[in-house]
Amino acid sequence: MALWRRKSKQVNDVAPPVDVEIVEPVPIAPDDPLLDYLQKLARPIEVEKIEVESPALEEMKAANIELLVPLVTQGELVGILNLGPRLSERDYSTDDRKLLDALASQAAPAVRVAQLVREQELEAQQRERIAQELRVARLIQQTLLPKELPQIRGWTVDAFYRPAREVGGDFYDFIDLGEGRIGVVEGDVTDKGVPAALVMATCRTMLRAAARRFDDPGRVLEEVNDSLHVDIPPNMFVTCFYAVIDTHTGLIRYANAGHNLPYVRTETGVEELRATGMPLGLMPGMTYEVKEAKVAHGDTILIHSDGVAEAHGPNGEMFGFAGLMGLMGAHGHAPDLVERILDELEDFTGPGYEQEDDVTLVVLRRTSTAQEAAAAFMTDRIITEFEIESQEGNERQAIDLVEEAVASIGLPEERIERLKTAVGEATMNAIEHGNKNDPALPVTVSVALDPSALRIRISDRGSGRPEGAGVATPDIEAKLAGDQSPRGWGLFLIESMVDEVSENTVDGLHTVELVMYLEGGRE
Amino acid sequence: MTENRFDVTTRVEDGRLLVTMTGDVNAGAASKMEEVQNAVADTGLRGVVLDFGKVDYINSTGIALIVSLLARARAANVEVVAFGLTDHYRQIFQITRLSDFVGIYPDKASALRAAPV
Repeated sequence: MALWRRKSKQVNDVAPPVDVEIVEPVPIAPDDPLLDYLQKLARPIEVEKIEVESPALEEMKAANIELLVPLVTQGELVGILNLGPRLSERDYSTDDRKLLDALASQAAPAVRVAQLVREQELEAQQRERIAQELRVARLIQQTLLPKELPQIRGWTVDAFYRPAREVGGDFYDFIDLGEGRIGVVEGDVTDKGVPAALVMATCRTMLRAAARRFDDPGRVLEEVNDSLHVDIPPNMFVTCFYAVIDTHTGLIRYANAGHNLPYVRTETGVEELRATGMPLGLMPGMTYEVKEAKVAHGDTILIHSDGVAEAHGPNGEMFGFAGLMGLMGAHGHAPDLVERILDELEDFTGPGYEQEDDVTLVVLRRTSTAQEAAAAFMTDRIITEFEIESQEGNERQAIDLVEEAVASIGLPEERIERLKTAVGEATMNAIEHGNKNDPALPVTVSVALDPSALRIRISDRGSGRPEGAGVATPDIEAKLAGDQSPRGWGLFLIESMVDEVSENTVDGLHTVELVMYLEGGRE
Repeated sequence: MTENRFDVTTRVEDGRLLVTMTGDVNAGAASKMEEVQNAVADTGLRGVVLDFGKVDYINSTGIALIVSLLARARAANVEVVAFGLTDHYRQIFQITRLSDFVGIYPDKASALRAAPV
């Protein structure tokens, strides 16, 4: 006796009664016409009476099967009871067949329920297996993507990675190559899930090793291509953009193994970083074109994966490279470029969109000269710095040098005069009170510019004025009457001339800072 | 030592003592300004005219010298006026309130007219 299991090529054994000849299970192909015949018939029938062209039927005859009892429930064949000859060697009687028919009608729904339960169990297992795979794939991705962005003087770096539900194989990387050079990688492994994540991990390691061995970005990709080709599963490959940037000069040398062309937003427009090369891992012995470009101050590079340009709108239209290029034109200089691209993408795809592919964006911006100046010294840029000898009258040197240094800043003449007076007075104090006119002790003057103000710092080796010694406004009447020294104008003048004055003493260096606002200072 | 960048001459003009300074009014001007103080106190004239036309630097020490000069003049009942100050130093005279005690005029003629004989 055997059960034919739905949607399965296997046949289930059912424990036979003791001392009964076992009827061997007969496999039935899912497209065997016998199945359709029995489903429609839906009652016991002798094998001999069936007139259907069926390979299974022939096998049944050969196996000495005499009677077939279809198990049909709700018009669906869920199994077949195969009966051999009766032990009494007589034919099956009408009563036998009624009994078998009744048995079949009772058994069929029960078998169906059992099948459904089994199917659901298998589906749940399958779902869990997929979910587990996704967790593993995500974990691999997250572990291997950079934990933090590189801090590069004169550059701002931003990166964004969002996996699709079925994790794709996107990755990016920054490799410190020393001497102000940095390797920048963005890649995309075809395929999804764990296989893609594993190839990504391998590729990333190979890139890191090759990048340290070879300066030439084309040579790096050649090396990775040849190594990867050996290991990569068939039908998988990796697109990859690799660039070496000299962060001091802005020179970028790059090669591209079939990855999307990055964009550069310059002062005048948007350009592509175009270099040709085959994806990694397809075939060995490939060469990769190397191109060079100069990234100017204020320029922005965008490296992007398929998940952006190939995202679909509600009507099936693609976001497209032109769309992304247009965005670079409009917002390429925006500090929040990544957010703007994501916002536009969200508007385009509409609500409820399930991301089709990983989205990866890497943004590298060479800061403008003014921003760089501010960033380089955290708050300001030193225009000039000099030392003068502590001798009476030398404040004139400080005045002249400061005047020269600020000449190009465009302060109104009247404010320059005030600054000169303040610098002179502060330097006199430094020479006389701070360094006690000792020529061996220098007075250091630095002129710094930040986006809003000019900051002149004048340092001596003294300890500054005693705590709490405020600046008394000189009383001209008392001075004229001889009740007060005619002197004592220095600090009063300084405070009257500039917008802010502060002083501090750190490690034996007493510094007075004079601040002159570039705009909106005192009249 | 820095070179002495200051010189001063005094002469009587229209019955006033005309004091013409050249260079920097700072510590380097101290001894010469002291001579001027004496001249102002001793000349017997009632009006003194300070010519700053050739002065391009006055520091706090210089201001102290001018305050001393004014104190001496005041004690001797001599009135002091000035001309030839740049806009910047005219502003400093105002900030320090020196201008409350020295009439400031745009040119020599108006300064001479303003000083008493």
